[in-house]
Amino acid sequence: MQAKGYNRRDFLQFCGAAAAMAGLDRSAVGQVVSAFDVKSKPAVVWLHFQECTCCSESFIRASHPIVADVLLDVLDLNYTETLQAAAGFQAEKCLTDTIANNKGKYIVLVEGAVPLGDDGVYCMIGGKTAESILQEVAKDAAAVIAWGSCASNGCVQAAKPNPTGATPIHKLVDKPVINVPGCPPIADVMMAVVTHMVVLGQLPALDNLGRPKEFYSRRVHDTCYRRANYDAGLFVESFDDENARKGYCLYKVGCRGPVTYNACSVVRWNEGTSYPIQSGHPCIGCSEAGFWDNGPFYQHLPSFPGFGIESTADSVGTAVGLATIAGVAAHAIVTNVRKRAVIAEVHTDDQPEV
Amino acid sequence: MATRIVVDPVTRIEGHLRIEATVENGKITDAWSAGTMVRGLEKILRGRDPRDAWAITERVCGVCTSIHALASVRAVEDALSITVPHTAEIIRNIMQTTQYVHDHVVHFYHLHALDWVDIVNALKADPQKTAALAQSLSKWDKNTPAYFSSVQDKIKQFAASGLGIFANGYWGHPAFKLPPEANLLAVAHYLDALEWQKEIVKIHAVFGGKNPHPNFLVGGVPCSINTDEVNAINSERLNLVKKLIDQADEFVTQVYIPDLLAVASFYKDWAAIGGGLSNYLSYGEFPTEGYGNPDKFKYARGVILNRDLSTVHPVNPRDSQEIKEYIAHSWYTYEGGDNVGLHPWAGETDIKYSGPKPPFQTLEGFDKYSFLKTPRWKEQAMEVGPLSRLLVSYAAGRTEVQDAVKGALGKLNVPVSALFSTLGRTAARGIDAELAMGWLKEFFNDLMAQVKIHEVSTFNPERWEPKTWPTDAEGVGLVEAPRGALAHWIKIHDGKIENYQLVVPTTWNGSPRDAKGQRSSFESALIGTPVANIEQPVEILRTIHSFDPCLACAVHLYDSEGRHIQRVTFE
Repeated sequence: MQAKGYNRRDFLQFCGAAAAMAGLDRSAVGQVVSAFDVKSKPAVVWLHFQECTCCSESFIRASHPIVADVLLDVLDLNYTETLQAAAGFQAEKCLTDTIANNKGKYIVLVEGAVPLGDDGVYCMIGGKTAESILQEVAKDAAAVIAWGSCASNGCVQAAKPNPTGATPIHKLVDKPVINVPGCPPIADVMMAVVTHMVVLGQLPALDNLGRPKEFYSRRVHDTCYRRANYDAGLFVESFDDENARKGYCLYKVGCRGPVTYNACSVVRWNEGTSYPIQSGHPCIGCSEAGFWDNGPFYQHLPSFPGFGIESTADSVGTAVGLATIAGVAAHAIVTNVRKRAVIAEVHTDDQPEV
Repeated sequence: MATRIVVDPVTRIEGHLRIEATVENGKITDAWSAGTMVRGLEKILRGRDPRDAWAITERVCGVCTSIHALASVRAVEDALSITVPHTAEIIRNIMQTTQYVHDHVVHFYHLHALDWVDIVNALKADPQKTAALAQSLSKWDKNTPAYFSSVQDKIKQFAASGLGIFANGYWGHPAFKLPPEANLLAVAHYLDALEWQKEIVKIHAVFGGKNPHPNFLVGGVPCSINTDEVNAINSERLNLVKKLIDQADEFVTQVYIPDLLAVASFYKDWAAIGGGLSNYLSYGEFPTEGYGNPDKFKYARGVILNRDLSTVHPVNPRDSQEIKEYIAHSWYTYEGGDNVGLHPWAGETDIKYSGPKPPFQTLEGFDKYSFLKTPRWKEQAMEVGPLSRLLVSYAAGRTEVQDAVKGALGKLNVPVSALFSTLGRTAARGIDAELAMGWLKEFFNDLMAQVKIHEVSTFNPERWEPKTWPTDAEGVGLVEAPRGALAHWIKIHDGKIENYQLVVPTTWNGSPRDAKGQRSSFESALIGTPVANIEQPVEILRTIHSFDPCLACAVHLYDSEGRHIQRVTFE
């Protein structure tokens, strides 16, 4: 992150600035008196590029806090094509006004990758390319959050052969970028990242891939409630076989839990209702860079040496000979750090590009 | 004199849509609908394991999540002659009716309502009168004066801080007709719907592990049922689903439908606006005796031509002469020339952008103007969506559907012809949600009946292994998505995907003209739509939103080989 001009002190300054910003003068119903402290709401814009809107959909699934409270009380979300009332040039005005009135103070949330192929014509909004919009909006932003795998690492449109040149946000902007990968990210993780910044007033600690450690420092496998079955060598051999009906480990039918850093098995999905493994399907590794090209989903991870002890799982990170070399290197780093019991800081200037 | 106006971005939809229209004497005389984003998923699918295709195609859209996954597993199962266990089919039906109910409620409140509801005007409402109005419509126990008063206070505070996502709306526009109390009622339920929608999707989490993007499986569903085991779908899980269904039923019958009817009653003039095409296509949906037996689907399959409800024309997605895609006005090129149509199994997709160099102000003067292709059924443009589903089933004599349609029209006191309109489309979506809600309850009861008799198999393993597959196979998966007729066509060779094509609802509705110059649904429906103020064309949003556009779905095609990819640079 430091290589990209990111600086924690800058960010904390931003948080202070956000707290000092005024909102009353932009009131559309000026005479109404506010009962709560509107000054604490930072200005936020949400950009949509090459995406499927699953991140927006996930965001509104949050349970703590619920999205209505966030939209009304926590954020001053002035631009999001999915939900905003205004359309056309009035919508564009919401964006340009927010930028002009909050220089250096607003947060940009990006959903989607940016296609660079054919000079950017594969994604255009208001007659402008996604890339030009991103540059224009990010220029005076305090911080950028890349929602989901599209913005963090390109996701499905960047899968081979990446026909449109889909590119993740951190490769395009010279700004702090917090990557919150997943397809989509878990709703309450998205909320937690936002509130970590605007309520605690702090930047969440990030790993060397720009991911908040709070939610991306544990492998799904290490926190999986089915882990005991793995350790005991109890595996599902085929979907809905007797072992599946007992909830055994899904490793042999392709589970990517051992190489996937995410909070699914702890936070779980939809207010803790379940997560993929709990409902019988292997983890497909959707928060890892290049997961679409990491072999067929139902082919189990190669070079997986036996069962039962912690060290075998650790070695998975380095043994996987598939497409996500960069991601695997990152796993190895974090794994080693964990083994040295030095979880706190991971800084590297030669971070792998994803 | 005609004025050309542009709405871009069209907001409160999925994806990137641009509408250009000419307005003369306060009415739209012509319109152009342009999809302005492309990702290339069909090319990405080639060479991959067909069993993975559901996951890739599910990412076509996160709003219509699960729908493409269903179309994909059906396409693969069709190609490989796989029959899914009855219990798995019931669970898929539960997943899909859940999606209908969620999608339609969210569309009404969060994507469409602000075309009809003036949120700023709600600040003038009397909460007492609002409660009286609400209680006259429904017995929902939340509709009290104190509740509406607290919502109004919340909105007042919010308005003072700049209105956020409601900023720069067309508030105060003369086309808004609701009294302040009805506006406050709708705004309050907008917030309630936002909170409720996160609940119903927990049904997807139970069976599919997460939402958005729950997991599917070729040959069945991934979850197992075992009422002797904590690590499976058991009594606790089923109780949770039951509770969520009951909550959803209450929300649909006590909040959504009463609100829809109340709002619609103020806008009956929109029953004569936005009719557009007169042909309607539905693939039929909700198998009760297997996907191969469409006669036993809840919704019928077929085509209605010229609004003639006396005849349902059969549809065959395998016939190379029925469904074809054109690119005469799309940013693609075909080997055999740009005016031919190709069946999806023989589809070609070679992008050739020929629009203006961005940044641009208008697409005027450009013959090609969209990344959407133009599908046709027997050379004719088709409208798809809830209205088409209802009409085809109505004409096919499905009594459940006929009763639901007659009931809603009776409550609004409008004739059947009112359905052929912007208002009719929006009302049809409500009827569709009501039917889906009823079927969701029915499918859950079916599932419980299966569990009781221990018929719990959820997966057919016979053709799971690629070595059991023929060298070559082709299949088609048909789905009625919430937004309408969706189909995936697949060709498999040597265990890998050789070709994969999707023709989705918004491609039917939002596509540009075809080679003969016939307009598709959006463009047709806009013609004749009044526009009181060209600076604030809320009327365009009303008609376009009545289709519930989904552009990420509609455009997913791929680039030509070897196209120059701009170098990525780092600062």
